[in-house]
Amino acid sequence: MNDTLIVKDPTPFQEILHELSKNKAAVAGLIIIALFLLIGILAPLIAPKDPFAQEISLRKLPPFSPGYILGSDDLGRDMLSRLMYGARISMIIGVISVGIAMGSGLLIGVTAGYIGGWYDRIVMRLIDIMLAFPYILLTIVIVAVLGPSLFNAMVAIGVSQIPRYARLVRASVLAEKEADYVTAERSLGASPLSLMFLSILPNCLAPVSVQATLGVGEAILSSAALSFLGLGAQPPTPEWGLMIASSREFITNAWWIVTFPGLATLLAVLGFNLFGDGLRDVLDPKLRE
Amino acid sequence: MLSYILKRIGLLIPTLLGVITLVFFMISLSPGDPARVMLGERASAEQLEKLREDLGLDRPLHQQYFSYLSRIVRLDFGKSITTGRPVIEEIGQLFPATMELAFFAMLLASGLGIIIGVVSATKRNTPLDYASMIGALFGVSMPVFWLGLVLIMIFSVGLDLLPTGGRMNIRLYMETFTNFYIIDALIALFRKGDITYLGSALKHLILPAAALGTIPLAIIARTTRSSMLEVLKQDYIKTARAAGIPEGKIIFRYALKNALLPIITVIGIQFGLLLSGAILTETIFAWPGIGKWIYHSISARDYPAVQGGIIIISTVFVVINLLVDILYSVVNPRVRLS
Repeated sequence: MNDTLIVKDPTPFQEILHELSKNKAAVAGLIIIALFLLIGILAPLIAPKDPFAQEISLRKLPPFSPGYILGSDDLGRDMLSRLMYGARISMIIGVISVGIAMGSGLLIGVTAGYIGGWYDRIVMRLIDIMLAFPYILLTIVIVAVLGPSLFNAMVAIGVSQIPRYARLVRASVLAEKEADYVTAERSLGASPLSLMFLSILPNCLAPVSVQATLGVGEAILSSAALSFLGLGAQPPTPEWGLMIASSREFITNAWWIVTFPGLATLLAVLGFNLFGDGLRDVLDPKLRE
Repeated sequence: MLSYILKRIGLLIPTLLGVITLVFFMISLSPGDPARVMLGERASAEQLEKLREDLGLDRPLHQQYFSYLSRIVRLDFGKSITTGRPVIEEIGQLFPATMELAFFAMLLASGLGIIIGVVSATKRNTPLDYASMIGALFGVSMPVFWLGLVLIMIFSVGLDLLPTGGRMNIRLYMETFTNFYIIDALIALFRKGDITYLGSALKHLILPAAALGTIPLAIIARTTRSSMLEVLKQDYIKTARAAGIPEGKIIFRYALKNALLPIITVIGIQFGLLLSGAILTETIFAWPGIGKWIYHSISARDYPAVQGGIIIISTVFVVINLLVDILYSVVNPRVRLS
């Protein structure tokens, strides 16, 4: 008799999830990302061979050779196992680079937007100077200073991506900081720190999440490029870009050594780009067509 | 208008000063003794001393900085450690090769990109549209240097159709006037009636231009599509359709014209980025331009060359971006007021 139907409004997060699940590109992207994450995490368990173990008598085996589904490289190492460990490295690169970029970018953007004045002017001038370097050139400059290594490549990629987050967040903060809820909390005695990071920042995160997703894909590509130039991962690391670089001399006789690491990179980056595009469509209804 | 342009040019100076400062500190911030890093472990004490003196590394940092600044302003980038020639001379000689490659890559990317974008927008939500947009997504997700290798593997090694690298068949000797090989080959064609030079130069251009142009192609196609869709929604297009104007005329004369602004902006920005993208493409295709030269300078730790190259490329990049902004404000006066 007293059965009242309780209809709970979905939270914004649930709404976004629902919209995302209807977006084919986003779902496809998410599946690809999940796949690579899984392969990366489980690499030590599922890789058929040791990615560093050389078998000189079994060099350059073509794909579908017994025990070597994707063939072996010029030192007789199993391609599949190296690619799986490569997934692990690429995921780590993506997370660390974007972590550095987003962490610093948020901090810079929120403070510049909220504090304003001379602080804002100086910080944004520095950001402009960073933007005066074409992106890949800036990563090269930073690695050249720090010295070539995979970790330094991640730092370089992270630092080079800071300007986008800083600008994005600063713009959102400028739009948000005069909003009623901020004024209300300020009049209730909220400290500037709590206003910046607890009240305003969460409302600026939608565009940041899109940028971060696309940023992971770009970080994987940039790290491959830096490794290719000898400025990132060093041999014998099974990093995809490095694998492509060291395959250059085999384009005439061992196509698989060239092709597979590139395909792996392409697929992983595609996953992040698909998901990022989908996320943008969902979060920004204006762009939905 | 003029005050807007002057203001933008004024902002250029502190930015370039920042670029030069950052590039200067590249050397002094790097760990270890730069002279030792550049000359390697086996260099003698005299050689190290000589290089330190040549580069002014024996002086206090602030003196080094101001003398560096005053030299850069006079376009003196020092001498390359590996070749001993002035850096600015080397760059001047290699610049045409990079510009030629970038120009043709952009020509390919804009031509194809605009066509694909227009077709996608007019055939919206058809298999053709989906295929184009998925293709564009692949284009931006691909490591360009890998694409270059795959292209070489297919078209040079496999089909033996196109050369693997270089700008021209090394057995052909062509008189160069401009170092833009296509222009020089055209001159040879008109003077001697010999088309072999032009053929060879074009054949060498195809693969590197395709590889370098892939990302801009994808981005231009996506921008063209969304810009066209935006315009095709407008009332005046509906009116034109109602008036019975042929669809082809509506799309190319009325819609594309108004959709061009964001497309031109993207083309400009991408052109600036191409110059740095050329580092990878030129290395793969043994294209003797600034990109390959910077790569070799980095490997050889030839700091004066790397610094000079980075400053020049960044300056070109900033200036192109400025020109794009100015062009945009000329066409769209609202930008100036904000």
